[in-house]
Amino acid sequence: MTARPKTAEKSSFLASIVRKQIFIPIAALLLLAIFNLIMDPSFFKITLGHNIEGNPVLSGNIISIIDYGSELAILAIGMTLVTAASRGQDISVGAAIAISGSVVLRILCGPNADAATLQAPIIVAFLASCIVAMAFGAFNGALVSIFRIQPMVATLILFTAGRSIAAWINHNKLPVVNDKTFAYFGGYIPGIPIPTPVFIAIACFIVIWIVLKFTTLGLYAQAVGINEKTSRLNGLNPAFIKFITYVILGLCVAVAAFIKVSRVSTINYSVVAKDIEMDAILAVALGGNSLSGGKFSISASILGAYVIQFLTTTLYKFNVQADALPAYKAVVVILLVILSAPIVREKLSAFFKSLRSPVKAESKS
Amino acid sequence: MPQKDMTVGKTRRHLLRGITDTNLLMSITIIVFILMYLYAIFGLGEGFLKAQTFFNMLNANAALIILACGMTLVMITGGIDISVGGMTALVSMSSAVFLDKHSGSVAGAMLISLGIGLAFGLIQGFLVAYLDIQPFIVTLAGMFFARGMTTIVNPDQFNVQNESFVKLKETRIIIPGMGWVNKRGVYIDAYIEIGVIVALIIVAALFLFLKWTKTGRNFYAVGGNKQSALMLGINVKRTTFLAYLMCGILGGIGGFVYFMHVGSGSPSHATGAEMNAIASSIIGGTMLTGGVGNIVGTLFGVLSLALIQNIVSSVGLDDAWWTGITNASMLCIFLIVQSIIIAQRKKANLSASKSVVTKGVKK
Repeated sequence: MTARPKTAEKSSFLASIVRKQIFIPIAALLLLAIFNLIMDPSFFKITLGHNIEGNPVLSGNIISIIDYGSELAILAIGMTLVTAASRGQDISVGAAIAISGSVVLRILCGPNADAATLQAPIIVAFLASCIVAMAFGAFNGALVSIFRIQPMVATLILFTAGRSIAAWINHNKLPVVNDKTFAYFGGYIPGIPIPTPVFIAIACFIVIWIVLKFTTLGLYAQAVGINEKTSRLNGLNPAFIKFITYVILGLCVAVAAFIKVSRVSTINYSVVAKDIEMDAILAVALGGNSLSGGKFSISASILGAYVIQFLTTTLYKFNVQADALPAYKAVVVILLVILSAPIVREKLSAFFKSLRSPVKAESKS
Repeated sequence: MPQKDMTVGKTRRHLLRGITDTNLLMSITIIVFILMYLYAIFGLGEGFLKAQTFFNMLNANAALIILACGMTLVMITGGIDISVGGMTALVSMSSAVFLDKHSGSVAGAMLISLGIGLAFGLIQGFLVAYLDIQPFIVTLAGMFFARGMTTIVNPDQFNVQNESFVKLKETRIIIPGMGWVNKRGVYIDAYIEIGVIVALIIVAALFLFLKWTKTGRNFYAVGGNKQSALMLGINVKRTTFLAYLMCGILGGIGGFVYFMHVGSGSPSHATGAEMNAIASSIIGGTMLTGGVGNIVGTLFGVLSLALIQNIVSSVGLDDAWWTGITNASMLCIFLIVQSIIIAQRKKANLSASKSVVTKGVKK
């Protein structure tokens, strides 16, 4: 009989850990890491090698996860804000990446697709793609905030039209950039063995941290997501806040697209960033954020994004075809969503209570 | 003068009130469809005058009509299902593999299609209705799952050679008196495919179902206002579940009709079908907010999309990307029109309830 109160104490201690939002991605990360450790310990090996140009380069599965997870992590920032404020997700991010990547190439290569030299400075191309992506974000944001269309339906428009627009920007050609400095952003800067996208991602994290720390954006987004009417009565402008989150997501899309294009120096608009919207939503869900808006934690989402890249890499290692990946991820999404559904949670907590209640009754007597 | 203005405003409001949301939106669609067809006949030449041009639109879009019907059901209850495109791909790939690689029978393939549809409907319906999860998330996962599974079933495209299936696929139903004489002077009969018959039967059945059965009316009640529906004693959860279940089954049937039309399995089949189905429903007057919708409108929505594609390609803009852009802009326009209508209604209702002391019935 003495053992029982102890278990009760234990479960409450466990519950306090479980209740922390960042617990879910960390648990998932540990689960994946342990799984990989058992299946193949060499998964975690990191080696220092040299690439074709003789520069030192770190390689290994962990490095590639951190490297290729950058775009997703950057997208997860914007997606978390959008989810928090507008109670829905933007499913057009993949298409928007195709568009802004095409803009980068169009400006760098000029009208004829196979120019030997750059037609414009890289920074100009980047800024232009930022403006275009933010404009498309503003389009989505306007549909959601002004016309009050459900976010996922509103972004469905760009989801369908996006890749067509991307094809139209470059007149159905696939231009290639023949410039070494352009490849630095998606590869390695000579002399630094860590891939550049990691630095870009870290820069984005710092910027968003500063923005959330020193502005009221995060608080307002949460307020609007939790209760739009109340936040309006408190003097906020919910439509404008929703709109702003979509524009911020547009900026994130532009940065992610720039990395994506720089990695391969070209773009295949029909397959670039395919299914990334699913990954981005999964990152938000895995970060323990409610998909129906309200409170959010950006750091949990970012961690969630890396966990997903971890999952992708693991699946690749088991020779899963790239096109079959969504099936596995969909199962993960469904499981996560079921576990976080209020009804299921109530049932679970009631179940735990029923386990504990006899103990309480005993300790009282 | 101000008095006169007021009376004008009043009559206009009465006029608008006389037409329900569904009828207003549906009549816009039908009028737009007829105008576009007239433009096509007079502006783009004789091709559109042939009955077969119209029948070809039906032949190519029979599956989409079925999918859009399922979508309309779900949207009337206030939900959405974006897994239908993926489901179509999965159904056609599974049937193709079953027919060709396991030399199965056509009836077996039909059963498999229905089974897949049923499974999707059951699971998604349960998750949405009983666990109260956002329909978009559930069906987005469903869509990716279906697409991924299609690749797992078979990664490559291939044509089905099974004899009895090819016979079924090639079956043409000839419509007497609608044929035309071609350049060599040979009379060619106008025809439709079996899928069109299936689609039209489904449209008729669902129209009757939504109009005159109790369950059908419950769909509207649930979509219009969940709380009131609950207070009226309607089993909201079961009704929502039923909508997703029917959408899933229709997805299975639509998938098989699609398969009968194309006669092959491929992971890239029916890309964007979910978007076309949603667009058709919205163009046909189904409101995203639920409670408003009409199957006949959906039929015209599908036909409008098909007609636009025909017009776009006969104008000469036959690059693949134009289809995506025109469809999306069409959807965008109708969505904005809807949102404006909703906003206007709200205003009208508000002012009505203010002017009349007894509170007006808010819709």
